[in-house]
Parts: sequence; structure tokens; C-alpha cells
Amino acid sequence: MKVLHKILFCCLLAGMLLPASGMVAQVVDSAPADSAATGVAGMMAAVRRPAPPVNAGAEDTPSDEGHSINVFWELSADDRPGENLVTGYRILRAESPEGPFRETGFSSAGEKRYTDASTVPGTDFYYRIETQTAGGSSSSPVIGPVRSSAQWFNFNILNLFVVGGIISLFIGYFIASAKRGKILFIRKIAGLEAVDEAIGRATEMGRPILFIPGIQDMDDVQTVAGITILGRIAKTIAEYDSKLFVPTSRSIVMTTARESIKEAYLAAGRPDAYSDDYVQYVTDEQFGYVAAVDGIMVRERPATCFYLGAFFAESLIMAETGHSIEAIQIAGTAMPAQLPFFVAACDYTLIGEELFAASAYLSHEPRQLGSLKGQDVGKMIAMLAILAGVTLLTIGSLFNVGIATTAGEWVRDLFRLNQ
Amino acid sequence: MMNTKVVGYIVIAVGIAVFAILAASQGLAVTLGAFFTIGIFSFLYKDNPYYKFSEAAFVGISAGYWFVSLFWQNMYSKLFVGVGAAYHTTFVQGGGWDDRWMMLIGGLLGVLMLMRLFPKAGWISRWPLAVVVGATAGLYFINYFVSNGILQLGASAGPLQRYDAAGNLDLWATISQAILVIGTLSGLIYFYFSKEHKGAFGGVAKIGIWTLMLTFGASFGYTVMSRLSLLIGRMDYLMSDWLQLIN
Repeated sequence: MKVLHKILFCCLLAGMLLPASGMVAQVVDSAPADSAATGVAGMMAAVRRPAPPVNAGAEDTPSDEGHSINVFWELSADDRPGENLVTGYRILRAESPEGPFRETGFSSAGEKRYTDASTVPGTDFYYRIETQTAGGSSSSPVIGPVRSSAQWFNFNILNLFVVGGIISLFIGYFIASAKRGKILFIRKIAGLEAVDEAIGRATEMGRPILFIPGIQDMDDVQTVAGITILGRIAKTIAEYDSKLFVPTSRSIVMTTARESIKEAYLAAGRPDAYSDDYVQYVTDEQFGYVAAVDGIMVRERPATCFYLGAFFAESLIMAETGHSIEAIQIAGTAMPAQLPFFVAACDYTLIGEELFAASAYLSHEPRQLGSLKGQDVGKMIAMLAILAGVTLLTIGSLFNVGIATTAGEWVRDLFRLNQ
Repeated sequence: MMNTKVVGYIVIAVGIAVFAILAASQGLAVTLGAFFTIGIFSFLYKDNPYYKFSEAAFVGISAGYWFVSLFWQNMYSKLFVGVGAAYHTTFVQGGGWDDRWMMLIGGLLGVLMLMRLFPKAGWISRWPLAVVVGATAGLYFINYFVSNGILQLGASAGPLQRYDAAGNLDLWATISQAILVIGTLSGLIYFYFSKEHKGAFGGVAKIGIWTLMLTFGASFGYTVMSRLSLLIGRMDYLMSDWLQLIN
């Protein structure tokens, strides 16, 4: 027996010196688990075959698109605090119970679940979970078959549906009210009060008006807002018989802008004055577009420049050039990094939400007004929720009032995502 | 007047000679890049023919580049290759429905968009626009609602007092949380459009706009630094890649 211990010890020592740890695993795996005995107990413990995870199972991830399966297990008996025996759990997957099983993921020691996010909907999968130690592993029985599938509803974000639904109901109510002729009040927005004045100035000076709808495509809501405002501005321009110029950096924005301006000229009773030349495609390239717009500014010298949409680094370049030609500049964007530049270089700036409110304010169109009023109800709900959450949780924490803490957490959880 | 023209021609001739020499020594592509970089920078002086040429070249080349890029990225790889692969899966391999058939919808919308070339059928081109705008609004509703609303709301609605790891009151974290809550509430009031900003309501809205302006100030400094890095990048190109004055 002593001879066997010596041989084992030598093998272990050699294994530690060898770079290929796989050799160690083979040596140890071939040794019976109970062979770790006195004399080399510490070292043997590090390489003893670990206990497998128990109660392992797998299920289709609920409320998802059907591309993942949750695998779960109870910790191995050797995965205990203070013992660094288990290094983790290897998750193996196969498409038949006989295998071949291939590694699909790894969880650290102490973890009890793993989400396999690479499954194919409708395909049966089988799993095995292996407890890993420095010297060996032991596997759970084969789990499965498990099949992932897509769900129609994501119940994890039910709270989102409820809050969004309530706001949508208010929007619907206000739209209906506005259509019935009820006057919905909207406060003055400084930048928009100046729009007519700016167009009038350009008309008096006999100089054109430049409108930049940002550099993003129609899939950006800011561009949509910009084009909506363009329609309203174009109507006034048509009435004043001023000249409009809209260089765009996206082909679909060009088409949409043309449609919007054409409708505005029609509404103003001046369809004959409309020309497709008002809107031109320049280039998709950001700085190429800026170079062209700057050129247009210094050559055409517009009296009024509108920058309404999504902007990036080009914002300051354009606003500075507009400033140098002494144009009245009205900007609006929801890009937080660009707003400071517009605030610094333009006469009026619509900040974030004001850009979206602008079209409703200018048009007084029932749907847009109702939508804005409904969103205001949403903001009121948000303010009340923050106040309630902060007050209840602060009181609960300061004075140790359990019911206040519970109520505060309930309010906060209403606005948390569980995915 | 004549003298000015002569000086102008001499400047142009010298410039061309310098660029020709540098192109020969440093490489044509690098020198062309430098030529257009300086051309765009010349706008800082004033609008001039050199800038106009650079601008036209930049716009023309980039528009052409984007056309080719979009053609290969969308038309070719998604429509032609995608639908071709779907055809192969469905009809050649008999594998049934392939999601890539959906690419045909995009192709159809593109064809409808081209209808504007025919005056009598031009109205059809509004349909794809309506699809793009409507689908965008619907798709982004959840994203914006979550990132701009729900997540911020959940983060703000916490207790004001904050404690460190040892369980003692963390004064700075508490002040920070109080500023966050006051800033969020006053900001929301500023963006509340159904009530005039007057009286106490107007006072809170003023705190909101001050909070925004302070944020913009910090953001301004940060963004200026990133713009400077763009300038440094261009200068580095001119000095290192082109003139090789810096190693």
C-alpha cells in the first residue's frame, strides 16, 4: 500500500511540473476516489473526483424569442464556502441522449443556473452538467429532451405594458377630446414663437431659408419630428413666397421632405410655387454633408437656418457657420451631447422633448395635441411615482417602518424591468 | 489687378509643384489625403476655389462610395443573395419556409418607392414611406419608453440616505441622490407642457432648466475634448503620415 502511495505521489509531483494538465486528469481519474489517503491528504483533496451536481434540470426560457433554455442544478456536495475544490460547472449539450456532448457554457462555482442562448427553436436538446475540479470531473445524469420555443407575450415586462397602456389610454382620450373641438392648452415654447418672425425676416431680406433635418434616416424619431415641423414651416414659407432650401443626407429623408413640402404648398394654396429643387440629396457621409452645407451657407447666405433633427459632431460646425453669416438660427435636437453646442451658437434651441412638442404646438392638429397632452399625463405619473418611491423608502429606512419600505419597493418595482 | 492674378498663378504653380514633389516622395494616396485635408481647412480663411474643389470632390466621392456600399450591403447581400438562398432552401432542398423570403418585402417597398418616377403612379411611393415611418415609431416606442422613462424612473425612486459598506451614512452619496431626485423632478416639470411656467411651478421649472444647463456645460467641455482629438488626428496625419516630421 505504501508503495502505491509513493507511486501516486511521484505521479502527482510530475503532473504538477508538466504543463499539460490533461495528463494529470487522466492519472487521477484512473485512481479510485477513496485512494486519497493520509500523508498527501491536502494534495489529494485537490484532485479527488468531485460529487456531481444534484437535481439538475432544464426548461425552455419563459417569455423569450425561443432561442434559449435555462439549465439549473443544486450545488455539488463539494461546492461549499471555504473550500476551493470545485472550480465550476461545465454545461454540455447534445442533440441525442447518447451524444456526442459538446461544451456549450461554463458557470463558476456557487452558480446554480446557466442560460444556453444558442438553441434552435423546435429542436430537442439534451444536457449534462459536469462538476469541475483541478483534477477531475463528475457529471449529472442526462437531462432532456428540452425544446425551446418562442412565446407571444413577454410577461417579464407586463408592468411596461400596463404603464404604457395607461398613458396610451390618456393619449386616446385627449385626441378624442381635441377632435370634438375641446381646446387643449399648451404653454408657449420660446423657440417656436420666433419661427414666423424668422421666416418674415428672410422674406424681407430677400434671402432663402435653410432647413437641416439632421443626418439620420427616417428610422430616427427626431428626423420624423424635424420633417413634421418642416411641413408647418413650409406652409408659412409658401404663404410668404420665400425661398426654401433643404439639403439632406439620406435619400428617404429627401423623398419624405419633398412630400411634406409639397403638401404644405398645396395647403397654402400655392402648389404652382412648389419645386422638387427645394430638397436636394447631398451625401450620406457625415462630414461630406457638412462641407456641402457650409458651402451652401456662405454662398446662398440664408437669413434663417433651422436645424431640427438628430445631429452629431457636425452640429457646431454648421451652427458656427450660420452664426458667421449672421443668420437667425433655430435648433432642436434630443442628442444630449450636441445640445450644448446649439445652445451656445444658436438664437433659440428646442431642448429634447420640446422638439417633439414643437410640431403639435405649431400645427394645433388634434392628434398631435392629444398625444402631447397624454404624454404630459405620463410625466405626471412619473413625478408622482418618484415622489412616492423616494418618500416611502426614505421614511421606511430612516424610521425602520416596514410597511413604508414594502410600499416604496412596490412602487419602485412597478418601474423595473425583470428581464 | 494683373499683378494679383500673376501672384495667384504663381502660388498655384508653386503649390502644384510642392504637391507633385511630395506625391513622388511620400506616395500619391497620402499626398491626396493631405491635399484635401488642407483644402477643407482653407474654409477657415474664407470660401475659396480650393475649398470648393475639395468640397465637390468629397461630396461626389462619398456619395458614390455610399451608393456602392449600400448596393453591396443591402441590394446584393440581403435581397439577391438572401432571396437566392431562401429559394435554394425552400425549393431545391425542400426545407420549407425560410425567413429570408421576408427580404422580398423590402425589395417590393423599394420598387414602390421608384414609382415616383412615373407621374401617374407617383402616389404609390407614399406607401413605403408610411411603412418606414410607422414601423419605426412602433419599434422604437418600447426602446425609448424603457431607456428614457422606465429605467430612469426606477433608478430615481430610491431612499435619499445612502450608507457605505460599514453601514455609516455616506454624506456625498446622499447629497448626490438628493440632487438626482431634485434634478429629475424639476426637469420633468420643465418639460410639462400643459401648464404655464408661472409662480411656484415656474420656479421649479427654472431649477429644471438650470439643472439642464449645468449638465450641458459639463457635456460641452467633454465633447470639446473629443473634437480636439479629431483635430489632433488630422494634424498627426499631416505631420506624421504625410510630411513625416514626427516619428
